[in-house]
Amino acid sequence: MALGGIKKLFRGLTRTRESLTTSLQTLVGNRPVDEETLEDLEVDLLAADLGPTLTREVIDALRVQAKKGSLSTADLRPALKELLMADLRDGKQEDRVVRSDGRPHVVFVVGVNGSGKTTTIGKMAAREKGAGRSVMMVAADTFRAAAIDQLERWSERSGADFVSQREGADPASVVFDGLQAARARGTDLVLVDTAGRLHTKVNLMAELEKLTRVARKVIDDAPDEVLLVLDATTGQNGLNQAKNFTKAATLTGVVLTKLDGTAKGGVTLGIRRELGVPVRMVGVGEGLDDLLDFDAEAFVDGLLGTAQDPS
Amino acid sequence: MEAGYCRYNPLFSKVDRLGDCVLEGLSDRLSGVVRNLTGKGRVSEGVLDETLREIRMALLEADVHVSVVTALVSGVRERALGEAVLKSLSPGQQVIKIVRDELEKLLGAGENRQIDFAPKPPTIIMMVGLQGSGKTTTAAKLGLSLKKTGRYPYLVPADVYRPAAIEQLVRVGTAAGLNVYNHDGSATPLEICRTGILEARRKGFDTVILDTAGRLHIDETLMGELTELKKELAPKEILFVADSMTGQDAVRSAGEFHKALGVSGVVLTKMDGDARGGAALSIRHVTGVPIKYLGVGEKTSELEEFHPDRLVGRILGMGDVLTLIEKAEETIDQDEAVALEKKMRKNQFSLEDFRSQIRMVRKMGPLSGIVSMLPGMAQVKDADLDSDALVRVSAILDSMTNRERQQPQILNGSRKKRIARGAGRSVPEVNRLLKQFSQMKRMMKQARNIQKGKQGRSKLPFFGK
Ligand SMILES: Nc1nc2c(ncn2[C@@H]2O[C@H](COP(=O)(O)OP(=O)(O)OP(=O)(O)O)[C@@H](O)[C@H]2O)c(=O)[nH]1
Ligand SMILES: Nc1nc2c(ncn2[C@@H]2O[C@H](COP(=O)(O)OP(=O)(O)OP(=O)(O)O)[C@@H](O)[C@H]2O)c(=O)[nH]1
Ligand SMILES: [Mg+2]
Ligand SMILES: [Mg+2]
Repeated sequence: MALGGIKKLFRGLTRTRESLTTSLQTLVGNRPVDEETLEDLEVDLLAADLGPTLTREVIDALRVQAKKGSLSTADLRPALKELLMADLRDGKQEDRVVRSDGRPHVVFVVGVNGSGKTTTIGKMAAREKGAGRSVMMVAADTFRAAAIDQLERWSERSGADFVSQREGADPASVVFDGLQAARARGTDLVLVDTAGRLHTKVNLMAELEKLTRVARKVIDDAPDEVLLVLDATTGQNGLNQAKNFTKAATLTGVVLTKLDGTAKGGVTLGIRRELGVPVRMVGVGEGLDDLLDFDAEAFVDGLLGTAQDPS
Repeated sequence: MEAGYCRYNPLFSKVDRLGDCVLEGLSDRLSGVVRNLTGKGRVSEGVLDETLREIRMALLEADVHVSVVTALVSGVRERALGEAVLKSLSPGQQVIKIVRDELEKLLGAGENRQIDFAPKPPTIIMMVGLQGSGKTTTAAKLGLSLKKTGRYPYLVPADVYRPAAIEQLVRVGTAAGLNVYNHDGSATPLEICRTGILEARRKGFDTVILDTAGRLHIDETLMGELTELKKELAPKEILFVADSMTGQDAVRSAGEFHKALGVSGVVLTKMDGDARGGAALSIRHVTGVPIKYLGVGEKTSELEEFHPDRLVGRILGMGDVLTLIEKAEETIDQDEAVALEKKMRKNQFSLEDFRSQIRMVRKMGPLSGIVSMLPGMAQVKDADLDSDALVRVSAILDSMTNRERQQPQILNGSRKKRIARGAGRSVPEVNRLLKQFSQMKRMMKQARNIQKGKQGRSKLPFFGK
């Protein structure tokens, strides 16, 4: 991670830290963990959107350790971190694929309305262009007003190729054209911007599934990745989103956006746990370079308000 | 009921994995508690706290902020104790009623949610909020809705940051037949708004809706821009547009926007999904301003008025339970219920009493779950109830004479034959009912003993599938 990136993430995390002086930070001295400490901690975890179930599990696990007398306040932070990290560590995220067979690497970007899909595509394109790859954006959100213009603006900013049809066109046809063009041109990476859709809308989820089928028609095994863009301010509904989206188009990862705000995105822990879908990237602003790879430890530190100043 | 709730409970499928009954749907959990409460004549504070714990879980699951939950629950507890709920006939139902009351109160039941129009036009309405919450879409929706009530609105896109934000409003607005101030986005937001308002004045529009860029509440520069807009333009309404899927952060973001701007109302968007909308409680709690509208779709026509009572049901995920309680409250004759319970206690329960009990159940309609609300029948699980059985049993009981129902021991072969014919059932069925009735009486006796000690669960005759 570039130094600029670390600073940026830290900026987000500092805010996080300011936002709640967590009970972990106010713990002084070293004494056995009592029920009151656990209750304070429970409030912190709930406030980070871990949800009541996961929170209860974590607190219960700590309580067991505390009862055995093996947990003092000084151990609390590492013990808690260990518990939360345990779920994130296994099944390490793979690196972004660079294909050797020359065919385009196809990424679908999906999610509910307004989560940050189009912006994330802009940032991803900038990053990959910066790494010397050719990138094509496919404007498959033909529904929302000016969505195509918005993406086009991002293609200009990032220097990515851009394929679109008019507003109201059939998104399946846009995907088909886009992938054919990408194959013909030998593009390295194709980013497909899909319309925001609530995961409960059966017809829209069916449409998404159809888009993946169309992609497969042009390129075997496409899409290579389906990224769910999740707004960090999302609460427990995020789990429903992930569940329904992965039914329509098997998710390969989550992009957690708007982490530059004060929300922690704790629901991603539940998503990871229950569906095994890892967070791959985080969005930390509205600029071209405000995208970072996910760092489990930094994320958990942010959740617990224990991020360390890197400077 | 169970299945209905699972749709909303994101963690439900973990039940199997963890075998953790805590994760059961609220409706189910609560009816469990209600059953316990109603089953016992008197209950302890401990049982009240158990009910409140379940309610706490439900609120947290619905994304109500943890501090708001704590405040709410302790308020409910106090009221429940103050109103001597525990001594009442149906404490569980009353606790739920108090919860519902409190939530509706917090959501502003009965308050004025109309847009406040300036005496001297144009009325200026400013949309503010976090990125992607739905401001631009809602600006157009609001314009359309006001136009339908006879206003003459003008839309002003003042988001110069997000790519194609101006085009977006121009397009949705125009498509909905609204007038939109079109510009190239090269001026500052303040200049744009000023010119837009002048335009509106000149053309005789009576309402101006300003669409501002999404921003983080901790972005000092951009928040400063909004306070300046407020100072210079003196909008009559500042509407905070919030995504209904927001979690715990809602308290923080809404609180900061309110602190900086003094917002006058809230619009909760994307309510067409399955978000429980607990954020509404958090936002109300920190701002105290009315929720004026709900966004219920992407189309410009999809804006609705806000009804606190409906949202409460949704937040608690217990529409079913509430309906059930209402129905029960309407239909059950409290005195009759008390008398029946007394008889059960004294083991004087006759076929006649059984018949009135079944009548009460049937009066409430074919809803499952109601039986459990009847005194003494607390342990019947919803699924155990078979309403066909109810009809059959009623028919047989109806064919008996009063005396036969009071003294079933006089029922000989010819009486049974007559009853069977009258009910359109067979004699063995009549026999089975009698046998099961005596089992039921035995069970009631046991239940009385059990209730003194541990809770037991047994099936009632006739209702088993
Ligand atoms: N602060 C911040 N804002 C972001 C981030 N990512 C996206 N946004 C903003 O969120 C808003 C919505 O972003 P879009 O990219 O349009 O979201 P989308 O998912 O494509 O939206 P639809 O296509 O309408 O469903 C815009 O104002 C973005 O600038 C982020 O990481 N941080
Ligand atoms: N399903 C649904 N989608 C909505 C609703 N309101 C807005 N949207 C969608 O949410 C996304 C974001 O809406 P916008 O109106 O662009 O949000 P915004 O707050 O103006 O976004 P920024 O200007 O980037 O901060 C779009 O895809 C809208 O179509 C709603 O009530 N239901
Ligand atoms: Mg988009
Ligand atoms: Mg907007």
